[in-house]
Amino acid sequence: MSDPAQPEPVTITINGREHRAQVEPRTLLVHFIREQAGLTGTNIGCETGLCGACTVMLDGAGVRSCTQLAAQADGRSVTTIEGLADGDTLHPLQQAFWEKHALQCGYCTPGMILASLDLLQKNPDPSDQEVREALKGNLCRCTGYHNVVIAVRHAARAMAGAATAAGEA
Amino acid sequence: MLGEHEDAKLLAGGHSLLPMMKLRLAQPAVLVDIGRLPLAGVGTGSDGLTVGALTTHHDVATSAEVTGRWQAFAEAAASIGDPVVRNHGTAGGNVAHADPASDLPAALLALDGELVAAGPNGARRMPADGFFQGLLTTALSPTEVLTELRLPAQRPATGSAYLKFEHPASGFAVCGAAAVVELDADGRCARARLCFNGVTEVPLDAVPVTAALTGTDLDDSVIAEAVADCLRVEEPLADTFASGEYRTQLARVYARRVLRAARDRVRTAHDHTGGGAGG
Repeated sequence: MSDPAQPEPVTITINGREHRAQVEPRTLLVHFIREQAGLTGTNIGCETGLCGACTVMLDGAGVRSCTQLAAQADGRSVTTIEGLADGDTLHPLQQAFWEKHALQCGYCTPGMILASLDLLQKNPDPSDQEVREALKGNLCRCTGYHNVVIAVRHAARAMAGAATAAGEA
Repeated sequence: MLGEHEDAKLLAGGHSLLPMMKLRLAQPAVLVDIGRLPLAGVGTGSDGLTVGALTTHHDVATSAEVTGRWQAFAEAAASIGDPVVRNHGTAGGNVAHADPASDLPAALLALDGELVAAGPNGARRMPADGFFQGLLTTALSPTEVLTELRLPAQRPATGSAYLKFEHPASGFAVCGAAAVVELDADGRCARARLCFNGVTEVPLDAVPVTAALTGTDLDDSVIAEAVADCLRVEEPLADTFASGEYRTQLARVYARRVLRAARDRVRTAHDHTGGGAGG
């Protein structure tokens, strides 16, 4: 087998674009995203899986990108906060966070939005309590959780409305 | 490969091992990523439930088979971390890691679970009782890979539950309690199991409590008395968040709650509430 300390080739598709790099085996997915792909919207908080700031989607399911090696994501597909908007049209979650003032400093926001997306994929119409439980691993040190819950539920309604409109069209 | 490298560790979801490596509590020289082996999935048969080692906590917690018949195991999986952690953390990784503040070990023990490991000499099965040998230490040999968890079929009139007091920041179990209760035709306790995470280095099996409950009507006062008289915690864990005394007190409280919860599940399902208990 290869020398454990030698760089390994890793290919990860991020927001639809393939990124190839030789990385040290110790490289975390979040570092690959920020340093190899140059996408700095994904923030690094605690680096031990507790704060949720680094949450991204990996093959369609939310993951802590600080608790995953880049090598584990080799050949897989990642969506970050930069991949949510459709051109100039914000994703309903981004729009809702903006409209409902669901952020103060914004550091936790990318992780909050990706974890919310993970929730809405599993449960398109969550209660306040279900939103709070889904985001229990996403810490906001401005303690602005109240408007986050409002925003996620607002986005859920917007996405359900869009899905209905698409179905009728 | 595991035999060639003295200090190798297996990496499944990475949700236990990677944080430990960052904290320098583990410094393996070689990591072997087993995340793509075909070891994920839940199955049921006449002899019970099989959970592949790479099944995620999300898939365990949302499996209708598990939530319907092995409630304590499903509830333990559902209480791990948060939804995003449960997307990638695995049942086998959790158990093989043997963190005393983890959730699956006590549930596995209370439900009389078994573990299957593959090694150079083939596969072997071992009971959960005895698998956990100390802090982060199990009966697995360095060249073995945990492949499957097995839970025996639940007998009729049996219910189980898992409840925990979690650390408010990390979600780890300060005290997690798993109970299994089987009622006889008269609604009395035919058999009970009560096990804890978080309280001692290895999951605590409260045999004296459940022995005292066998044959009783399992009324709240009977449960409270058995817990008060028979629950013994030797060498409780202690840290800056929770002293040994505090964890022991939590164990008493959660023992009562989880035994009542398991009992009520059987009574609701089998309508033993009034009948036959006598005096």
